[in-house]
Amino acid sequence: MDILSILAESTRSAIGPIAAIYALAAIGLNFHFGYTGLLNFGQVGFMLVGAYGVGVSVAVLGLPLLVGFGVGLLCALVMALLLGIPTLRLRADYLAITTIAAAEVLRLVYRAGFAEPLTGGVYGLQNLASDFRSINPFDGGERYGFGALSYSGNNLWVLVVTWTLVLLMVGVSWLLMHSPWGRVIKGIREDEDAVRSLGKNVFAYKMQALVLGGMAGALSGCMLAVYQAAIQPDQFKPQVTFFLWVILLLGGAGRVFGPVLGAMVFWFLMNFTEGLLQGLGSIGLLPFLETTDYGAIQLAFVGLLLVLLIVFRPQGLIGDRKEMLINVK
Amino acid sequence: MRTRLLTVLLALITAILVIPGPAATADEQGGESLHGRILHPENRDQGVEGIVITVHDGEDEVGAATTDSDGMWEVGLPGPGTYRVVVDQESVPSEFVLREGIIVDGETEVEVEANDQRPLIVALMSPGQAESEEESASPSEEETEDTPAAGDESIETNVDSGSSFGERVIQLTASGLLFGLVIAVSAIGLSLIFGTTKLINFAHGDLVTFGAMIALLFSTGAAGMGNSLLALFAGLGGAVLIGGFLENRLSRTVLLVAQGVSILLGIVLATVLGVLGDAVGWSVPLWLAAVVAVVMGAVLGGSMERYIWRPLRHRNVAMIQMFIVSIGLALVLRHVVLVLFGAGRERYAGFQLQEMVRIGPVEMPPRDLVVMVVAIVVLVGVACLLQFTRIGKAMRAVSDNRDLAESSGIDVDRVTLYVWGLGGGLAALGGVLYGLNQVVEYEMGFRLLLMMFAAVILGGLGTAYGAMVGGLAVGLVAMLSTLWFPSQLMQAWALALMILMLLIRPQGLLGRRERVG
Repeated sequence: MDILSILAESTRSAIGPIAAIYALAAIGLNFHFGYTGLLNFGQVGFMLVGAYGVGVSVAVLGLPLLVGFGVGLLCALVMALLLGIPTLRLRADYLAITTIAAAEVLRLVYRAGFAEPLTGGVYGLQNLASDFRSINPFDGGERYGFGALSYSGNNLWVLVVTWTLVLLMVGVSWLLMHSPWGRVIKGIREDEDAVRSLGKNVFAYKMQALVLGGMAGALSGCMLAVYQAAIQPDQFKPQVTFFLWVILLLGGAGRVFGPVLGAMVFWFLMNFTEGLLQGLGSIGLLPFLETTDYGAIQLAFVGLLLVLLIVFRPQGLIGDRKEMLINVK
Repeated sequence: MRTRLLTVLLALITAILVIPGPAATADEQGGESLHGRILHPENRDQGVEGIVITVHDGEDEVGAATTDSDGMWEVGLPGPGTYRVVVDQESVPSEFVLREGIIVDGETEVEVEANDQRPLIVALMSPGQAESEEESASPSEEETEDTPAAGDESIETNVDSGSSFGERVIQLTASGLLFGLVIAVSAIGLSLIFGTTKLINFAHGDLVTFGAMIALLFSTGAAGMGNSLLALFAGLGGAVLIGGFLENRLSRTVLLVAQGVSILLGIVLATVLGVLGDAVGWSVPLWLAAVVAVVMGAVLGGSMERYIWRPLRHRNVAMIQMFIVSIGLALVLRHVVLVLFGAGRERYAGFQLQEMVRIGPVEMPPRDLVVMVVAIVVLVGVACLLQFTRIGKAMRAVSDNRDLAESSGIDVDRVTLYVWGLGGGLAALGGVLYGLNQVVEYEMGFRLLLMMFAAVILGGLGTAYGAMVGGLAVGLVAMLSTLWFPSQLMQAWALALMILMLLIRPQGLLGRRERVG
């Protein structure tokens, strides 16, 4: 087992395209939970409609990629409205239940046999990235970087674009949160009734936050489709949402850089534990486990991390403890 | 703190600079290639030999491969780009045809990135396999990526589509009732737990899976692992009981020591039994295994309350934080079950091929009848418990208003413990019943959880009777929707029903009108 190469590989993934894609989705979740206090347990559903917006437009209808992005974002808007209208007037738990159920039902519908002409069923859709790669300034076959930090040209292009989008969204959220709109949003998180008594339309503000965060999630889904050039419905399982929650809570909810930091640390940890487990397994230190179990152990570890974080350090790495403990209802 | 951080960062930077691209060397070994495995459509452990696959770049052929005896094939490619892959239909054995999916008329186009060794799914099916079978013929197992086998995710309706509309209505009503009863049994706990603690237990579905798996384990023969689990849970159960009954009679330290000793004894016994392994193997009939599962489910629920939720409540952790904790617990539980029991899809042996019994117009196998009878008996039993016994009345009182109950002298913590025990046991029973009717696998509980959510919201969050009514309604709607719509949309209809309810009557059918927003 080579601990140095595990560290290097983990670092490589911490700044890789996947970390950037998750950071983007976690920024959306930060709008929901970190600023507005909405419990969205179905962020993966927004990613799914975004990814399939690109997938169906490009692979089935043959439209350009940009139109695909538009379709994905539009789907997220519609989904947020559909989820928000019945639940945002009610207590927080109703939104939690509805979103977790809606995301899973969406996945089941997209993978179903009758939807196959449009979504490709369980096989998903392929060949989605040719438009994106045709404007790649790097050479797709080359490797760029130094030492262990090297990426193929295509991945580097996705990486650059996605991190740029992340920075853009970070900027947008900073600006929004320092605007009057942001102050109302945070006020809703702290005390909804107080904001309502000041004459603000709490429902409309919550809906705006839900739509905004959902669109960030859809954008990350679009980038996922472009990065992989192929999508399958089964990669949008509920655990993706829980990864996003760990990312948000690890980095610090209610902080503009929280999700970004969280995504990097989370993917570092994921790859580190995977490398460690495989390393330990290969020298025979894990006699009771088979290699197929490592993934499950990792996911159990994610769950444990979620529990420990929320109990002992709800503010995450860079959050403000007071701010996170205030939304006690 | 700062120096430690610096050390870590320095270590990382050295690691990056010293290691000359381990990943790069790893995936550059083979260059670009396409590979895959063609499996026998009926027997997924077998490959199909002799299928010829050719890869073209434009009009030029760049490579070809023939599947070996395991069905494996691989074609090396000259570089990244878009290739046309052709499966030679002549070479496919005559008893199969190519399944149309990604591959259309034996051809597909594939984009290959630099250094990408891409898997390509080629699936076969028997020509007779109609479209209704598509879902079960799903070959996601063939992916060489590490996605767990997720074949058939829909819920079986057990109704053949050949019969007339009227017969199907009756048949589907029966299976809807059955499904609804199973949902109701599992969901009572969820609703009562919400009522007493205002917590939505997202881990409830995994209690269901746990029950089904335990029953499977003990009915097929419990060797080392079963005995160990039993010992572990005996220790935990002992600790919870000691805590529950002797709380006010012993001093705090004695109580803590007694609980610790009980748990330790359980762990020691579990280790011993685990080391002995198969030497003490035994198996019981399914009904007894179900009893064991219910008891273990109750212990699991009780110990979760005693050792996780009660301390958290005493720390004044906010409700929203508690939801996230329960999501985390669900992840832990689900994947521990996955590691212990594997990802296979199994059924309880000996209950599969049964002759149908005919009752009036309805035809069903005896096992479904038993499931229905057990579920009805249990539901009536729970209703009696809630209506007529002291503890049941206390549960309803706490569920109604926790503070008022506490001030009228009810030991709220103890009632909550009983509620969790009851909920865990009922969830485990629901798992066994659901497993009898469908298949047992590690994600079954999560899928049922969505239906349980629909049921409790429909009936009114926090009311036990609401969960029963809601469960039946959701089961009926889900099953009857397959009359007109594809069965994969079943859960979507349950969800739609829930959303409709939230729009017109957010407190649910039996809920009391109060401000929920």
